[in-house]
Amino acid sequence: MAVRIQQIYKYYGDLHALEDISFNIEAGDFFGLLGPNGAGKSTLIGIMAGLVRASRGHIQIMGHDVHQQWRQARQVLGIVPQELAYDPFFTVKQMLRLQAGYFGLGRENYLWLEELLDILGLANKANTSLRDLSGGMKRRVLIAQALVHKPPVVVLDEPTAGVDVELRKALWQFTRQLHEKGHTIVLTTHYLEEAEALCNNIAILNQGKLIALDTKQKLLDYYPYRLLRLSLTSEDEVNLPPALQEKLQSFQPGQLVLKLHREHDQIGAILESLRAAQIHFTDLHTEEAGLEEVFVNLTSKASV
Amino acid sequence: MNWYGLYTLFAKETQRFMKVVVQTVLTPIITVLLYLVIFASVLQDHIEVYPNISYTQFLIPGLMMMSIIQNAFANTSSSLFQSKMQGSVVFMLISPLSNLEIFLAFVGAAVLRGVLVGIGVWLAALWFVSLPIFNVWAIISFTLLGSALLGALGLIASLISDKWDHISAFQNFVILPLVFLSGVFYSVDKLPGIWNQVSYYNPFFYMIDGFRYGFLGVSDINVLISLSIVSTFLVATVMACLWLLSTGYKLRY
Repeated sequence: MAVRIQQIYKYYGDLHALEDISFNIEAGDFFGLLGPNGAGKSTLIGIMAGLVRASRGHIQIMGHDVHQQWRQARQVLGIVPQELAYDPFFTVKQMLRLQAGYFGLGRENYLWLEELLDILGLANKANTSLRDLSGGMKRRVLIAQALVHKPPVVVLDEPTAGVDVELRKALWQFTRQLHEKGHTIVLTTHYLEEAEALCNNIAILNQGKLIALDTKQKLLDYYPYRLLRLSLTSEDEVNLPPALQEKLQSFQPGQLVLKLHREHDQIGAILESLRAAQIHFTDLHTEEAGLEEVFVNLTSKASV
Repeated sequence: MNWYGLYTLFAKETQRFMKVVVQTVLTPIITVLLYLVIFASVLQDHIEVYPNISYTQFLIPGLMMMSIIQNAFANTSSSLFQSKMQGSVVFMLISPLSNLEIFLAFVGAAVLRGVLVGIGVWLAALWFVSLPIFNVWAIISFTLLGSALLGALGLIASLISDKWDHISAFQNFVILPLVFLSGVFYSVDKLPGIWNQVSYYNPFFYMIDGFRYGFLGVSDINVLISLSIVSTFLVATVMACLWLLSTGYKLRY
């Protein structure tokens, strides 16, 4: 077990930031922690890292309690913080050596630091001051800093927020490589396509509560709908037959989208009704629901 | 103990101020020299605090100690506060460094900066006047105790502050008055009534007095009493600082 979270509560005065959160993350997993802003994701990660103190409950990282055995727990955990924080006094290489030093690692670790610089495309910036790096490069340094002590569990808090497409792809590839090498990855992200592409298991937090915890596939199955997208021959308004009106997802001139239940709605019968209502189309395709739909469905239900 | 981690953080804090050595070491030395030029040249022939000791000789140890403690305070307060503001403090907080290790590394670097500035002032002052050394152990003791005390106070200031304004207020409304009312420029016995009595409640007075004794062999207060009082203040400040760190006040939420 890489991470064991047991009945975590966190109160800030009257605000319940986290309430009764319990779940486990298996070693070697690629785990997604999702939720809207203010859901409590960063608070939970903060408790794992020792930056936030839980009001109640326990978290163990690789069997080490983050409160009782904090030294051991921090040795096995790498955190990539959300904020682009940096120390302007140092170069990239100096910063990595300092960070490794905090973990008790000296010269014997320098080779790994050189490797990290290479892997993250920072080799030619090794002697550049952190203040002179672009945002993307600073992001890479944050990742390198989290890995200086080769932690088996790596937590990335919104690593691709505000980065360009190219860097995002590079970061995806890099986290996949980390995962393949046996690291347990915990990823929080706003980009649901990112969680969908990378994660095996997913927890969704909303308003401090755990509202879903399952494999990605099962979560996708929670949402039993798919979308039928039709390109219409005319841009005029359409008069949907009453049976189809409740399935209307969206209409724009020339384009109609219907939300169909995977099991109860037969596409053949739907097309038949459209034809009978004199609604003609030139093209159609279906889209399976993604995490985005599942996420919106779950979080909106919970907030009602 | 994570000794290598402690050493690394100490080295980092030292490198931090050495990278801006003009600002952190050279400037305070120049400032003190200006004090020395102005006060010593104007008052040299007018004031004799102790018999057979020139005013310049009297002034130099006080100015040395003043710069030692002011710079020790500035080092911890600005460094920790800056990393709090920039968010880079998380790199230290997520590492396996204990509160004691963090404290020792920060205060160690503050002591080192204080000592460097003190030595700089001393060497520069030798151009002006020859200064005897009466008791080197008193000099070393008060240097270490004073800079450690102010280093710890700087940490406390940076922990409780929310903006630079607060640090500056601490520096200008607490540290500076305590320094100026500690007998750097005069003997507190020359102060009238209430100010004289108040001075005896000022821990900085004992630091300056004891430190000056190390050079001149004369003091307002028995040096052992000064040593005990400064040590007591140091212990109390260290305890307060470690307690504040252990609560995670404005650091770990």
